[in-house]
Amino acid sequence: MSAVTTTARPASSAGRGGSLGWMTVPALVFFLGFAVVPLFGVLALSFAQWDGLGEIRLAGFGNWGAILTDPGLPHALWVTFLVMAVSWAVQTPASILMGTFLAGHHRYRAVLSVLFFIPLLLSSAALAIMFKALLDPNFGLGAGLGIPILVQDWLGEPVLAFGVVVFVVSWQYIPFHALIYQGGVRQIPRSMYEAAELDGAGRVRRFFSITLPQLKYTVITSSTLMVVGSLTLFDLIWVLTEGGPGDATRALAVDMYQRGFRANLMGPASVIAVILVLFGLALSLLLRRLGGRDSSHSQLEGA
Amino acid sequence: MTTVPTRAPQRAAETVSQGGHRRRKPRRTGERPNWLAGLTSVFWLVIVMVPIYWIVITSFKSQSRYYLENPFAPPSEPTLANYRMVIEADFIQYFINSVITTVGAVVPTVLVSFMAAYAIVRGGRSRLLRWTNSLFLMGLAIPLQATIIPVFLIIVQLGLYDSLVALMLPSIAFAIPLSVLVLTNFIRDVPKELFDSMRIDGATELGMLWRLAFPLTRPAVVTVTIYNALQIWNGFLLPLVLTQSPERRTLPLALASFQGQYSINVPAVLASVVLTTLPILLLYAVGRRQLLSGLTVGFGK
Repeated sequence: MSAVTTTARPASSAGRGGSLGWMTVPALVFFLGFAVVPLFGVLALSFAQWDGLGEIRLAGFGNWGAILTDPGLPHALWVTFLVMAVSWAVQTPASILMGTFLAGHHRYRAVLSVLFFIPLLLSSAALAIMFKALLDPNFGLGAGLGIPILVQDWLGEPVLAFGVVVFVVSWQYIPFHALIYQGGVRQIPRSMYEAAELDGAGRVRRFFSITLPQLKYTVITSSTLMVVGSLTLFDLIWVLTEGGPGDATRALAVDMYQRGFRANLMGPASVIAVILVLFGLALSLLLRRLGGRDSSHSQLEGA
Repeated sequence: MTTVPTRAPQRAAETVSQGGHRRRKPRRTGERPNWLAGLTSVFWLVIVMVPIYWIVITSFKSQSRYYLENPFAPPSEPTLANYRMVIEADFIQYFINSVITTVGAVVPTVLVSFMAAYAIVRGGRSRLLRWTNSLFLMGLAIPLQATIIPVFLIIVQLGLYDSLVALMLPSIAFAIPLSVLVLTNFIRDVPKELFDSMRIDGATELGMLWRLAFPLTRPAVVTVTIYNALQIWNGFLLPLVLTQSPERRTLPLALASFQGQYSINVPAVLASVVLTTLPILLLYAVGRRQLLSGLTVGFGK
């Protein structure tokens, strides 16, 4: 019986594969039309001159020259990188700790994970508005409670505004990453902990010798999501600060929107968009290289 | 779901160890409370809950009271005036726009992603399908923000600018990669024997998709539906760029413009925040378990 199916399957599935192809067509049409074509479109538009309404004219390398020599670009890259690095450094340790905690068996786990997910339900626009009101120097939290240290012009000072952006991003996403780590910790085989315990390893030792190394691929997954997410951070910054004060929080995506849809310079904005894509691709490839190819191997090895 | 193969040996280990000593079952957080991680969690929970508590109570305060009262005290004279004001400010219209856009994008997304995922899993050896799968996987790395200018151009060329359909089309496109990824992970776990026996009974591919794969992967479908609904409901950039008239606003965009308009009336602005979040909270209450487990499995792999 099993011999029959194993010999029959390769032949039939090869034949079936061809006939199933049509099922991918609708998804491909949407995906190609509104994601892949625009991806190449943005490259084409980076060589064009367009105000968003009128004619599109060829501009050669003009936009590229202008943007690459624009002092605004290194600044936007720096802001983007800084948001990425700082929010990664804040979110990762906190998420790993909480994920490990949530993966254990205890009474409050279910309640905690319900409450934990709530920040992700709020739109970035809602969040930004909420924190804007909360941090208002005259009528916000600090003034209301009479706590002088909280009475700051949070969004008016470059360094503080940057800090607020990182804080609000972390507020929104730490719970999500904690849940990813929770899933990762759950997949670590129990037997490893048993063996470690027999050898007399304490909790801290077990965390650093088993949990952390076993979470390697989860760290890669989570970090990729964080990095790509903060690279394209737009809604939150836009509603919170519009890139200000001055250009203190003008990250790449904000810069692109401002040039394209505010200043009607779609060509230069497209150059920024291409840089955004290249930056993102480079980072994802780097992270994948760090993590090795196939993440599903790790879990089987352990078991 | 997908963790069955890895979870089985754990179970076995657990039962073995229980035979010897019951209480000292090896469990990281079992024997002694893990103070550091526990305190971090509680600390973070406070940071998460305080602003939420604050917006809810503040939304029931009158504007004049807002400036006088302790910000954390519950309203001494609770009022629904803010909610009335927000609802009168066309929020019903924005709400309907958001519902139409979300449903109009999520339903096609789930349908086309499921078909694609089914084909990718069941037609495994076809080079074309493998290539399609890699294309979708690469699609995970395409940022919506970076393509917004050409998307704007395409939408204008199609004559769809300032319509709700304009919001649906790119939303579907960008929801497909993750949906296909999660759904293929789950469809792969449907035992091959079930397909084989249905085939022997004369079922067509569509029949197997609809009557076998779909019901068996319903948790994944629910996960994908809720996750995409959340993303699209909260979407900000597409409505900002692709619509213009106030009648086409969706809730997040309406929030932002409302905030500009009524920046002095903080309680009213916060009431609008609460109102836009309520529907998604309800959806979350219904599908929470599946969303959380589906997502942890989908990303954990």
